[in-house]
Amino acid sequence: MLETDLAIVGAGPAGLAAALEAANRGSNVIILERDEWLGGQLIKQTHQFFGSKNEFAGMRGVDIASHFTELVEQEKKIKVFKGATALGYYEDGVLTAAYKRGMLKIKPRTLLIAAGALEKMIPFINNDLPGVYGAGAVQTLMNVYGIAPGERVLMVGAGNIGLIVSYQLMQAGIEVEAIIEAAPQVGGYWVHASKIRRMGVPIKTRHTILKARGTREVEGAQICEIDENWDPLPGTEKEVSVDTICLAVGLSPMVELLWQAGCQMQLSPHLGGYVPVRNGNLETTVEGVFIAGDVAGIEEATSAILEGQLAGLAAAQKIGFEVEEEKIQSIKANLKTLRAGPVGEHIRQGLAGVER
Amino acid sequence: MRIKNHPIISFVEKKEVNFRFDGKNLRGQAGEPIAAALHNAGIKVLRHSPRHNRPRGFFCAIGNCSSCLMVVDGKPNVKICVTPLQEGMRVEYQEGKGDIDAGN
Repeated sequence: MLETDLAIVGAGPAGLAAALEAANRGSNVIILERDEWLGGQLIKQTHQFFGSKNEFAGMRGVDIASHFTELVEQEKKIKVFKGATALGYYEDGVLTAAYKRGMLKIKPRTLLIAAGALEKMIPFINNDLPGVYGAGAVQTLMNVYGIAPGERVLMVGAGNIGLIVSYQLMQAGIEVEAIIEAAPQVGGYWVHASKIRRMGVPIKTRHTILKARGTREVEGAQICEIDENWDPLPGTEKEVSVDTICLAVGLSPMVELLWQAGCQMQLSPHLGGYVPVRNGNLETTVEGVFIAGDVAGIEEATSAILEGQLAGLAAAQKIGFEVEEEKIQSIKANLKTLRAGPVGEHIRQGLAGVER
Repeated sequence: MRIKNHPIISFVEKKEVNFRFDGKNLRGQAGEPIAAALHNAGIKVLRHSPRHNRPRGFFCAIGNCSSCLMVVDGKPNVKICVTPLQEGMRVEYQEGKGDIDAGN
């Protein structure tokens, strides 16, 4: 049995930021990461981040991942297990993980679950055909491994992910036939949408996909317009010739471990699905179990970093390490600024329903 | 198809390795996921659904969704989207749910 002050599940931006803050205050930290590398999904983010320079604005996600990885690997108080999949957290305070064909048992004084998210799927005929990919998968394939997902892509969803991935597809020399979006307006930032329109790709709002064409692989798609109740408008069906359908229709928090651990959960459509009820320091209803990043509600990497810092400090403070209250307050203030304005409206509403 | 020219990313070419897929000899880069090597070789169908026998491809690419389970070196249910390719690997289609004792 391994013992530690803080165990962290997930080495994405939230988990790594938390590890550094907690270790900096004196905590011994164990990180469990399912993959063989650190950085989570930052490694495929080739675009520059917005925000303030404290939170790495202007840096590309992949560079933020290397920056954090380097710091974590240098820190002697942090022990990283790569290829370790957390399995459960039990009433006696033991966390288990599958590791190298065996099992790790850890007894942490505090636990942070920063497991991230999974891609959502939407219903349409033949949505299981090879060639229908999640937007994150397309990014991984082309940005991390350098493989083109196809030659012609239909993008479903005009949120920031749909817009950014469309742009990245074009950077890689792949054609984007169109972006369709069910809502009456583009969900992502206008700066991204304008860039794409300038490159000649239509963004069709109030449109949906009815079916993928093809028997073994995607050979096309049928799209149509929808009315104000989001029902298809008969007579507006249109065929598009594509070999790839990329779904950028949102993410759900990966909360299985939190359900299993007995945390009180609540459905929050604004935050992407079921999320744990938490206090202002990101501690769940199971004492000593903290959350940060997409598992706490779908946002983006900058807020995941800030939440990770907050949870790391709060966890250290909980077991008696000295943490300046001003530091905690300043992170909370930064999160508040990040979520201000119309873009953060749904996050603010979602959080209001799950914070106790 | 490999992306050759990219304005931002410079892909480092890794060592070429040989592997077997469904009885054919294919080449890929050492350490890339098996799924990336197959996709590059134009192979998109990775499995058939156990009940309706529908073709399935890769979907999430990060080990979440189980859409890409294959038999690798005799071991079933390998998530090939996160399993690094090595010289001489044998990659095969999986029948049904796979034998839990195989390859262990």
